[in-house]
Amino acid sequence: MLRLEARPQPSKLMSLLSPVLALALTAILASILFAALGKDPVRGLAMFFVEPFSNLRQITAVLLKAVPLIVIALGLAVCYRSNVWNIGAEGQFLFGVLAGGGFALWLTTHGIQLPQAVALPLVLVASVLGGMAWAAITAVLRDRFNANEILVSLMLVYVAQQFVNYLVFGPWKDPAGFNFPQTKNFDPSTWLPLLVPGTRLNIGVLIALVLVALTWVFMFRLFRGFQLQVGGLAPAAARYAGFSSSSALWTAMMISGGLAGLAGGIEAAGTFRQITPHVSTGLGFTAIIVCFVGRLHPVGIVFAGILLSTMIIGGELGQSRLGLPNALTGVFQGLLLVLLLACDTLIHYRVRVRSALADAR
Amino acid sequence: MDTLALLIAATLASGTPLAIAGLGLLINEKAGVLNLGAEGMMLVAAIAGFAAAFTTGSDIAAFVAGAAAGALLAAAFGVLVIWLNTNQYATGLALSLFGYGFSAFVGVGYVGQKLSERTAFEVPGLGQIPFIGPALFRHHPMVYIAIGLIVVAMWFLYRSRAGLVLRAVGESPESAHALGYKVRWIRLLAVVAGGALCGMAGAFLSVVYAPLWVEGLVAGRGWIALALTTFATWRPWRVLLGAYLFGGVTMAQFALQGAGVNVSSQLLAMLPYLATIVVLAVISRNPTWIRLNMPASLGKPFHPGT
Repeated sequence: MLRLEARPQPSKLMSLLSPVLALALTAILASILFAALGKDPVRGLAMFFVEPFSNLRQITAVLLKAVPLIVIALGLAVCYRSNVWNIGAEGQFLFGVLAGGGFALWLTTHGIQLPQAVALPLVLVASVLGGMAWAAITAVLRDRFNANEILVSLMLVYVAQQFVNYLVFGPWKDPAGFNFPQTKNFDPSTWLPLLVPGTRLNIGVLIALVLVALTWVFMFRLFRGFQLQVGGLAPAAARYAGFSSSSALWTAMMISGGLAGLAGGIEAAGTFRQITPHVSTGLGFTAIIVCFVGRLHPVGIVFAGILLSTMIIGGELGQSRLGLPNALTGVFQGLLLVLLLACDTLIHYRVRVRSALADAR
Repeated sequence: MDTLALLIAATLASGTPLAIAGLGLLINEKAGVLNLGAEGMMLVAAIAGFAAAFTTGSDIAAFVAGAAAGALLAAAFGVLVIWLNTNQYATGLALSLFGYGFSAFVGVGYVGQKLSERTAFEVPGLGQIPFIGPALFRHHPMVYIAIGLIVVAMWFLYRSRAGLVLRAVGESPESAHALGYKVRWIRLLAVVAGGALCGMAGAFLSVVYAPLWVEGLVAGRGWIALALTTFATWRPWRVLLGAYLFGGVTMAQFALQGAGVNVSSQLLAMLPYLATIVVLAVISRNPTWIRLNMPASLGKPFHPGT
């Protein structure tokens, strides 16, 4: 009979192996699913995990999609390490899109010509503030009214989605847009400059890498980051040490809200270049998976972000080339997270095989 | 007058899935387990119920399929959090994300299909009373069954021995364990029952309320149902009350539009979510009161023998 036996110390090795194990199990279940759909499992898996790296255009697409995932997940990692359960990153992302994109739109419609070196930073700052403002609602309600941050931040996602729709169907609709629910295109001075000319890759990649380094420094080299994590792991110890839990809550929410907002700004200025109802694609939820697969660690999040982004691009390729349903990506993402959490058991426990005889004794 | 009767009827119909799901989650939480996967379970159950109703034409088959789908997912969740001690928040969240993807995947072929309008069950005699009849007594049987379930749950939790054990497990798993109750199995049972109820709520949405299938049909009602348990301070009859209240808020947006109020439909569509936030904040404002009412071991894992 199999038994779980607590390890004296959590296993570092298992903590790194668990995502690999979960990915392997996801791939096995995926092949079964492909076979059930009447597709060749090997081709199906290749479409999801290999094909996105087959040429420069696909690689660019993977990196472009990985940037917002990584940026959002960095903020969420700070939150979850502090035991603050912000799951409404999608809403904070949307408010980043609205604030950054809205500012770019305002410049465009008023014909204000600023040099790119001024306009673009302002757009990004606006997006950070937008994300923070939306996260602040959750923080206030948690701090002052003791309202559960999971439910509040999630409800605010639905509100944010409706607010995007309200703006693009109403006040922000392009008057010359044949009544389509979309805004004007932003002025080119607010676009993110391209990193490699001739591709779609923009400097968002560099921003993400800088943020990875900054988050690492914050988590592991700054006292403030340490305080937050003590509060997350041992609230009683943090209280005894005099670390304010309400200030930890605010720091975590502002960092994650600001980063989710920035991801929205990067997407608005780098990819969308206008606002439509389709700016909400669930990246804020996928980033939660990125965060866990990346072990709440900035470096791990980079790899996890690229992995999840590969799965998104692979899903699109599978749809256009193999006629697979688009929803398959969501199934695999969900499976990956469920299996990861199951495999994580091995970090704290080891499996022991014991004979029925030993059990009887 | 007729409009008001219809509005009351619509409120009951829209509150019913919230009441059933909220009750299921309440039973979970009374045993000490917080399942954030409600939205995912309801989505998978909604498509399971829709598919069953579409192929068999039977409502009973639809509710059985929905309950089975919800119970199955809940069982998987239960094994993960109760035996493998995974984080309840993360696991529930994972279940919600998985349910969203999986239901969309399974439902691809059913998008755009429509079930026939369900025939309402008219309570003999009472259904003919003017105003009161159309408002209260011409509904799908599930609307009355939901009320019945609440009554049964009140009896079960507070008047039966099994309910007492369930609450003991939620308040103090250590004591229940010391008395010889199998805490983990009781929790699993509560989780599976909660999943089955969430499943019935999901099936109600796709088969009776909508009745159609679109991706993300549940639209946050699983999360609203989770908020309902706090709103109700973990008492069944208040879950019912809260469910009708939220049902009323959902319907208010259509009533306002119908009355020609000049507010965009997108802003009105925010109402149920904003109402949830406001209500949560008002109810939770006093931490002591919440702590007194909340099952003491809610969200905390239990390992026997440690």
